[in-house]
Amino acid sequence: MALLQISEPGMSTAPHQHRLAVGIDLGTTNSLVATVRHGISVVLNDENGRAMLPSVVRYTADGQIIVGEAAQLMQSQDTANTISSVKRFMGRGLHDMGEISRFPYRFVEAPALGKTAGMLQLRTVAGIKSPVEISAEILNVLRRQAEAALGGELVGAVITVPAYFDDAQRQATKDAARLAGINVLRLLNEPTAAAIAYGLDNASEGVYAVYDLGGGTFDISILRLSRGVFEVLATNGDSALGGDDFDHRIYCWLLEKSNLSALPPQDTRLLLTHARAAKEQLTEHGETRITAILSSGVLIDQVLTQVEFFVLSKNLVQNTLQPLRRALRDAGLKVGEINGVVMVGGATRMPQIQQAVGDFFGQTPLTNLDPDKVVALGAAIQANVLAGNRSGDDWLLLDVIPLSLGIETMGGLVEKIIPRNSTLPTARAQEFTTYKDGQTAMSIQVVQGERELVSDCRSLARFELRGIPAMVAGAARIRVTFQVDADGLLSVAAREMRSGVEAAIEVKPAYGLSDADIMRMLQESGQHAADDMQARALREQQIEANQLLEAVDNALEQNGNLLNADEQLCIRTQMNGLRVALQQNNHQVLKHATEALNQATTEFAQRRMDQSVNSVLAGRTLDSIE
Amino acid sequence: MSALHFDTQQSHFALFGLSPAFRLDLRQLERDYRTWQTQVHPDKAAHLPAAEQLLAMQQASWINEAYQTLRSPLRRARYLLMLHGIDTQEETNTVMPMDFLMAQMEKREAVVEAKHLKDVEQLDALNAQVEQEIADLEKQLAIYLDDTQDYPHAAAAVRKLRFMEKLGEDILAAYDEIESR
Repeated sequence: MALLQISEPGMSTAPHQHRLAVGIDLGTTNSLVATVRHGISVVLNDENGRAMLPSVVRYTADGQIIVGEAAQLMQSQDTANTISSVKRFMGRGLHDMGEISRFPYRFVEAPALGKTAGMLQLRTVAGIKSPVEISAEILNVLRRQAEAALGGELVGAVITVPAYFDDAQRQATKDAARLAGINVLRLLNEPTAAAIAYGLDNASEGVYAVYDLGGGTFDISILRLSRGVFEVLATNGDSALGGDDFDHRIYCWLLEKSNLSALPPQDTRLLLTHARAAKEQLTEHGETRITAILSSGVLIDQVLTQVEFFVLSKNLVQNTLQPLRRALRDAGLKVGEINGVVMVGGATRMPQIQQAVGDFFGQTPLTNLDPDKVVALGAAIQANVLAGNRSGDDWLLLDVIPLSLGIETMGGLVEKIIPRNSTLPTARAQEFTTYKDGQTAMSIQVVQGERELVSDCRSLARFELRGIPAMVAGAARIRVTFQVDADGLLSVAAREMRSGVEAAIEVKPAYGLSDADIMRMLQESGQHAADDMQARALREQQIEANQLLEAVDNALEQNGNLLNADEQLCIRTQMNGLRVALQQNNHQVLKHATEALNQATTEFAQRRMDQSVNSVLAGRTLDSIE
Repeated sequence: MSALHFDTQQSHFALFGLSPAFRLDLRQLERDYRTWQTQVHPDKAAHLPAAEQLLAMQQASWINEAYQTLRSPLRRARYLLMLHGIDTQEETNTVMPMDFLMAQMEKREAVVEAKHLKDVEQLDALNAQVEQEIADLEKQLAIYLDDTQDYPHAAAAVRKLRFMEKLGEDILAAYDEIESR
């Protein structure tokens, strides 16, 4: 049932009841959860008063799963089973990871017909784990932490992702949330989240650049803030560049200085941990001393100066500047037109970053909000609005797709369907035809990226269309609609235009998980979790059914005149069906009845929409006359 | 998901309460676009049932499409001609005035050369030239479409504009390549 926002007042099932929603910053290094309390966005601490949960998950032989600081402390001892920076592996294949040896883990290439198609996996003492499962453990801890702090079950969460995450990485993040029993209200781009927190806090107007260097990802977003609208003009970045890489440079320097080559994984981990500590030291100090004893008994003892570190990391810093230029060009702006630069992410504390960004923009970057927390705080503000606690009429967020979407054409070339930096949501329809007599199926390869060759872009999925009516070659007109939603996720629909037949589409994701995979993982994570999930699904379905019934009731009351008696009867019959279904505690039955009522009210919704379109237009015309 | 349903019978101009014309008030268009998105954006429907979220997504997508079409002079001109039943034949009609084609080829070669020589100043000059020619073509389009209703000439101008915009993209790509080397 499509009830428009216009008829919104008083429609929520329980007015003035605060719905518990949180913003989650699922970071490469640390993760945080925040919520809006009494109108103010606050980070929720754990029972020990800590805001940041290290994004580290350890699996033990006796089946325990340890998340956070306790896991982080074991990194050097139990390296292969203690996974950090898992965000780098989300939606990625082994071949995407470059130098594999730099990671101290036992990777498993996804089997061709295996449980996950294409996404790499990690072998641990508790079995083979997908990055999605590992991320879900982090999210689970945050969800429980939030529910304990807020004293109730969450309606949903906004989860942040790097703006430059592609479809596969976004989907993997959403799957992880699903696995953790979290209803995802929205995937929100990290720099945009920061802009919300920053912009609303400072009542800013103008064009801002958000420079976001996290543990493993880099984003640059250019936004225009004006009269309550946050409009992303362009975004760019590198989803495989972050603070971790600075650690790695120090690690390589240590190896070279100490005349060492390949090390066992636990030593690699140990030195990386020391490298990170050294990097942090060098933010405030001119030099730092690194001492460590390797498993072989070899003593490492080196002094690294700030100046040397700047030289070591010069290329990494330079690598963030090219995306800046691209984003500016895409936004059609010159450096001088940027009113302010906001720094986000712990890695932006490094003085060489502050210096380079300041020099590039010719102004001192703004750092008045904690770069570690600003993303979670912004996500919480958005979650509060999306959960329906505030109308959100006072501000609007318009974000973009970071990378172009295209399809494979003859000769392995890419035809762009949706260009990068298109405002979301966006849809584009394209017509195809058959090339053989009687052809009833075809397949479309969808890729993401800016290059001209399919092989240079990221393959997202192969869509196989079936059930095209048999016709002579070239007669069928298959209209394929590519829809990208506000989370930046793609869906595809196809219809043969002459016959009106909707083609069945089978999606073969290059990196994603199927619904069956998710169910299996839930089963594996313990029957209990699966039961929880089902109970939760039933409750959510019940809420949706009740909302729908109320919405339809209201709609009939307001616009019943748009329907004839038969149509009204049909809708009322389905409403009764849904009320009966609500009495049974069966998720599937309820789902079907809800869908049936949705179906029965589609036409009604359309008429109501047309009417409101006219009323909005009428309003506009009046405005412009005045 | 199914195809878009959001009143696709209505023209993009009508959606913004405008009469079809090439000259339009872009500031007013932007204000109206924002008003529209404030009404229909999926963020406004996130707490509503799934069907309404779907509808919000479709409406917002449609409004984005309409706005992007009207905002871009090339797309706006092409769309206006389509409303008048004229196909701009950008893929098929390759018959261009010889002098235009020659000038294009020269500029394209100049871009390639500037790229090889990493000559940013030369690129800047070419870019300024292309921007000027685009502005001139847009002026012509306004006359053909709004004043003289000379659609065949308008269609030819659209084809030229498409060439120029492509050249503009090549120049931006050349900057990018110079910077990343």
